[in-house]
Amino acid sequence: MAKVLMKGNEALAEAAIRAGCRAFYGYPITPQNEVPNYMARHLPERGGVYLQAESEVAAINMVYGAAGAGVRVMTSSSSPGLSLKMEGISYIAAAELPCVIVNVMRCGPGLGGIHPSQGDYFQAVKGGGHGDYRLLVLAPGSVQEMADLTFEAFDLADKWRNPVMILADGLLGQMMEPVEFGDKEPQVVEKPWATTGARGRKPNIINTLDIVPESLEKRNYALAEKYGRMGEAETRWQEYKTADADLIVTAYGTSARVARSAVDMARKEGLRVGLIRPISLWPFPQAPFALLADGLRQFLVVEMSMGQMVEDVRLAVNGRGSVHFYNRLGGMVPTPRDVLAEIRKVLGGGGGQ
Amino acid sequence: MTEIIIAGFGGQGVLVMGQLLAYAGMLEGREVSWYPSYGPEQRGGTCNCSVVISHEEIGSPIVSEPDAAIIMNRPSLDRFEPTLKTGGILVYNSTLVDRKPERTDLQVIAIPANALADELGSSRVANMVALGAFLRASEVVSPESIAKSLENVLSTRHHHLIPLNMQALERGRAYQY
Repeated sequence: MAKVLMKGNEALAEAAIRAGCRAFYGYPITPQNEVPNYMARHLPERGGVYLQAESEVAAINMVYGAAGAGVRVMTSSSSPGLSLKMEGISYIAAAELPCVIVNVMRCGPGLGGIHPSQGDYFQAVKGGGHGDYRLLVLAPGSVQEMADLTFEAFDLADKWRNPVMILADGLLGQMMEPVEFGDKEPQVVEKPWATTGARGRKPNIINTLDIVPESLEKRNYALAEKYGRMGEAETRWQEYKTADADLIVTAYGTSARVARSAVDMARKEGLRVGLIRPISLWPFPQAPFALLADGLRQFLVVEMSMGQMVEDVRLAVNGRGSVHFYNRLGGMVPTPRDVLAEIRKVLGGGGGQ
Repeated sequence: MTEIIIAGFGGQGVLVMGQLLAYAGMLEGREVSWYPSYGPEQRGGTCNCSVVISHEEIGSPIVSEPDAAIIMNRPSLDRFEPTLKTGGILVYNSTLVDRKPERTDLQVIAIPANALADELGSSRVANMVALGAFLRASEVVSPESIAKSLENVLSTRHHHLIPLNMQALERGRAYQY
């Protein structure tokens, strides 16, 4: 199939429909509005249900219901809207139901602004909702990946019976790039646990209340065991020119695009610089850091946040190399030149912290 | 790599101009990106988009030092003239921009886009007139690719306007500046 030029938000929505998403519940918020827009136009004509809920809280609980009924379902929002969904996300994770949740991040805190940011990393990766649970979090870095990772997210959600989050940002959502959808077919997964009507079988019950500590503890350990297996199986990242690098820049999503340009500029100046781009944010790719952090190399994390993923990089580097940090905030996107200046500064001698 | 800014009032069709350039670049096998300003813009407010057309993978789609700018109104000239690279192309709509560019290190093309579009019967195709003038100066993509892009970029309900858009594009390319 030929390439088409699409906004990231539209490519994501089209990929979801191709992946078999047949229910979408959402509430408008910039900069993700093209997702519900596209779904409203195309999902009903392709056999699905589109519904604009009365609030984000309602939308995520509709997702809970549809996921329980075994339907491939998605919701999408931007940062403040995700905060509202957190209670429902915790319930869905506890009930071990598959669904896809999209966050096209905007800048905060509070109502903040509508421009791109990466300030929701902690919320996505470290919890966000209450209790002990994990989401599989995937961070696209291009319009093509907005499509590819969303398509895959539905299969992963079914595979692990777990919510999968696509953590994008306003730039990836709003920009247009060529995208190709290919002719992949979604996996068809049996869901014997789904509440599809109990005729001829015992009722399936979906419930997250478990007030007997001995019993709940068992459930918690079972979840922990599942998260352990997910952690081993689903880690993904991309390396760029890391083999001989003295400095490894680390960034995801929009920041990684900028960082990659900066790496190329630095290479032209003869500086040995590489890039690790985490694609799964949970599970965080520890392996490349464990391998590359040899005590000689330095690391520079670039984020559009006050410093969130940098904590995971420090854990992964584990003291075997200094970890530096550079950021822009408030909806500002770093330029390759900014990052290059930071690379020069680090390699020019300034020690890490 | 060619980095382009297109700027004007909301409603002048600056986002569509950018999409046409990006689509044409894609048809010619290049890497392309398009990124709109998406602040609280509205019809009559200022509006711009960044387009990158490249032989290599594109990093940031945000253009801060353009190789070329197509400027449809005065506030956009004030904002983007200082950002152009030395030797860059500056196409501006001289019907609506009431001053001349100050820089002397640019290739400047003044095109009375609205006046020429009015002669064709609709000021709404002023954007295509300006795009035509740009294509003559820049050659970053071919006019044939732009023509092919029109039916993909314009929504179906506007397809009856493709001949008029083509006329406007040609008028802009033929204009002697």
